[in-house]
Amino acid sequence: MAQIEGPVRFRGGGFSPRNRWIAGTATLLALLAVWQAGAAAGVIPTLFLPSPAAIAATLWRLIETGVLWRHLSASLARLGVGWVLGTVFGVATGLAAGLWSATRSPVAAVVAALFPIPKIALVPLFIVWFGIGEGSKIATLGFGVFFPTVIATMGGVDNVPRGLIRMGQSFGLSTFAIVRSIVLPGAAPAILSGFRVTSSIAIVLLVAAEMIGAENGIGAFVLSAGNLYDTDALMSGIVVLSLLGLTVSGAIGGVERVLLRWR
Amino acid sequence: MTRGVRLILDRIGHAWGELSVLEDIRLTAEPGEVMAVIGPSGCGKSTLLNIAGGLLAPSAGAVRMSGAIADDCLNPLTYVFQDFSLLPWRTVRANIDFVLERLPAAERAARVAEVLALTGLSDFAGAWPKELSGGMKQRVGIARALAVRPACLLMDEPLSALDAQTRDLLLDEFAALIARARTTTLYVTHNLAEAVRLGHQIVVLSRRPGRVREVFRLDRPLLERSADDPEAKALEKTLWRMIRDDAAVAERERAHGPN
Ligand SMILES: Nc1ncnc2c1ncn2[C@@H]1O[C@H](COP(=O)(O)OP(=O)(O)O)[C@@H](O)[C@H]1O
Ligand SMILES: [Mg+2]
Repeated sequence: MAQIEGPVRFRGGGFSPRNRWIAGTATLLALLAVWQAGAAAGVIPTLFLPSPAAIAATLWRLIETGVLWRHLSASLARLGVGWVLGTVFGVATGLAAGLWSATRSPVAAVVAALFPIPKIALVPLFIVWFGIGEGSKIATLGFGVFFPTVIATMGGVDNVPRGLIRMGQSFGLSTFAIVRSIVLPGAAPAILSGFRVTSSIAIVLLVAAEMIGAENGIGAFVLSAGNLYDTDALMSGIVVLSLLGLTVSGAIGGVERVLLRWR
Repeated sequence: MTRGVRLILDRIGHAWGELSVLEDIRLTAEPGEVMAVIGPSGCGKSTLLNIAGGLLAPSAGAVRMSGAIADDCLNPLTYVFQDFSLLPWRTVRANIDFVLERLPAAERAARVAEVLALTGLSDFAGAWPKELSGGMKQRVGIARALAVRPACLLMDEPLSALDAQTRDLLLDEFAALIARARTTTLYVTHNLAEAVRLGHQIVVLSRRPGRVREVFRLDRPLLERSADDPEAKALEKTLWRMIRDDAAVAERERAHGPN
C-alpha cells in the first residue's frame, strides 16, 4: 500500500488549436517579403519566377489597358452560365433521386457510371458536338458541376430527419410545401457545401477548356503568355485566378451565413 | 359544446413483419374527452397512435371518425410529438405559420398570435428552436397543433423528453389548453400520473402484443383536478399494481429483444 498526499495534477486540456488571424497574415506577408528580397538579390531568376512587385505592376497595366477585363469577363460569363446550369439541373435531379423510388436507382446508376470520367477528357468530344465556341466550354463546366451537385443533394435529402417529413404529412401539407419548407432547407447545408466543391471544379474546368480552344478568357491568356515566355503576364493571370477562387468561396461563405444562421 | 369528434378504433391489429404488436384493439375516444393510453414500453402505443392518425395502415381493423368538423379546422387529426418535431430553420412564429398554408396571410398571422399568447410564447415569436428549452419547444409543439383547430389531438408521450419539473408545469398547461380547445384527445404515455391527470378514460394495454386489459373512467372535469387528489392517487396505485409485472418483463425484453 502506497501513501499519497498532495494536489491532483491537471491532465485535461487536449488539443484545441485557436485561430489567430494575425499569425496567418504575418506568415503570408513574410513569404512575400522573402520572395521579393530573393528576386531583388538575384537569387530567384525572374524569368522563371517574377518578383511580387513585377507581377503587381503587370497586373496594374493589364487592368489599365482593359486587357484583363476582356479576358476576365469572358471567363466569368462561362463560369456563371456553366455553373448555374449544372447546379440547377443537379439540384433538381438530386432532389428527384432523394425523394422518389422511380428516379432513385436510375439516377444513382447514371451518376456511378459517368461521375468517374475525367471531365477534361470530354472537351474534344464536346467540341465535336457543340463546336469550338462557347457551347463546348459551357457544356464541360455544366457537366463537371452537375454530378457532384447531384451527389451532394441526394445525400442532403437522405439526411433530412424522416420525423420532420412525417410531421409535415401529419399536418396534411401539400407535397410541394413539404419539399419547399422541409426537404430543401434540411438538405441546404449539404447542398451548400457541395457548392464549395463544384465552384472549384468549375474554375479548374474553365481554365482547362479555355486552354484547349479559346481566344479570350483567363485560361487562354495564361497559356499564350506562357508560350511567349511572358512570365510576368502568366503570373498575373494566376493571381487573378486565385483571387477569383477566393471571391467565390467568400461569397459562398456569405450565403451560408445567411441561409444557415439557424444552426 | 365540443368541437371534438368521436374516434373509433375498430378491432385494430398490427404486425411488424413476424412481430405482432397490437391485437384486437376496440376503443372509442368520446367527443371532447381525453383518452389516455398507458402500457409498458414497446407494447405498441406509438404504433396505435400512428394508426389512429392515418400515418400507418393497420394490418387489421379500421379507424373511423364521426361527428361534425368545424369550418375553421384545417387538419382534423393533429399530432403533438415526443421529440417536438420543430423545423430548426424556422423561427417559432414561422414554425406555426407554415402549417397554416391554406389560410390567407392576415388570418394566418392572427391565428399564430392567438396560439402564441395561449401558450405564453408571445415574447419568443422570433426565437430559433435551438434557443429554446425543451419545455418551450413543446409549448411550440402544442401551439402549432392548436393553430389548425383540430377535432382530435394525438399526443405521443409529449412530456417524456422533459425533466420532471418542466413536465409538471406543462401537464397543468396541457389540461387547461385541452379543456379550452374542447377537442377529443388521444394521449399516449407510460407515465401514470399524466394519465390520471388528463384521462377521462384510461386505457391499460398489456405488454406486447398490446391488447386492452382494462379501461378506467374518471369523470371529474380536467380543470377541477389536482395532482394530489386522493382519488387520483388511489387510481395511480391501482394502475401501477396492474402493470408493474408487465413493465418488468418489457424492460428485460428490451435489453435482448428486437428494439
Ligand atoms: N417501423 C417499425 N418496424 C419494425 N418494428 C417496429 C417499428 N416500429 C415499432 N416497431 C416495434 O413494434 C413494437 C412496438 O413499438 P411502439 O409502438 O413504438 O411501442 P411503444 O410506443 O409502446 O413503446 C416494438 O417492439 C418496436 O420494436
Ligand atoms: Mg412510443
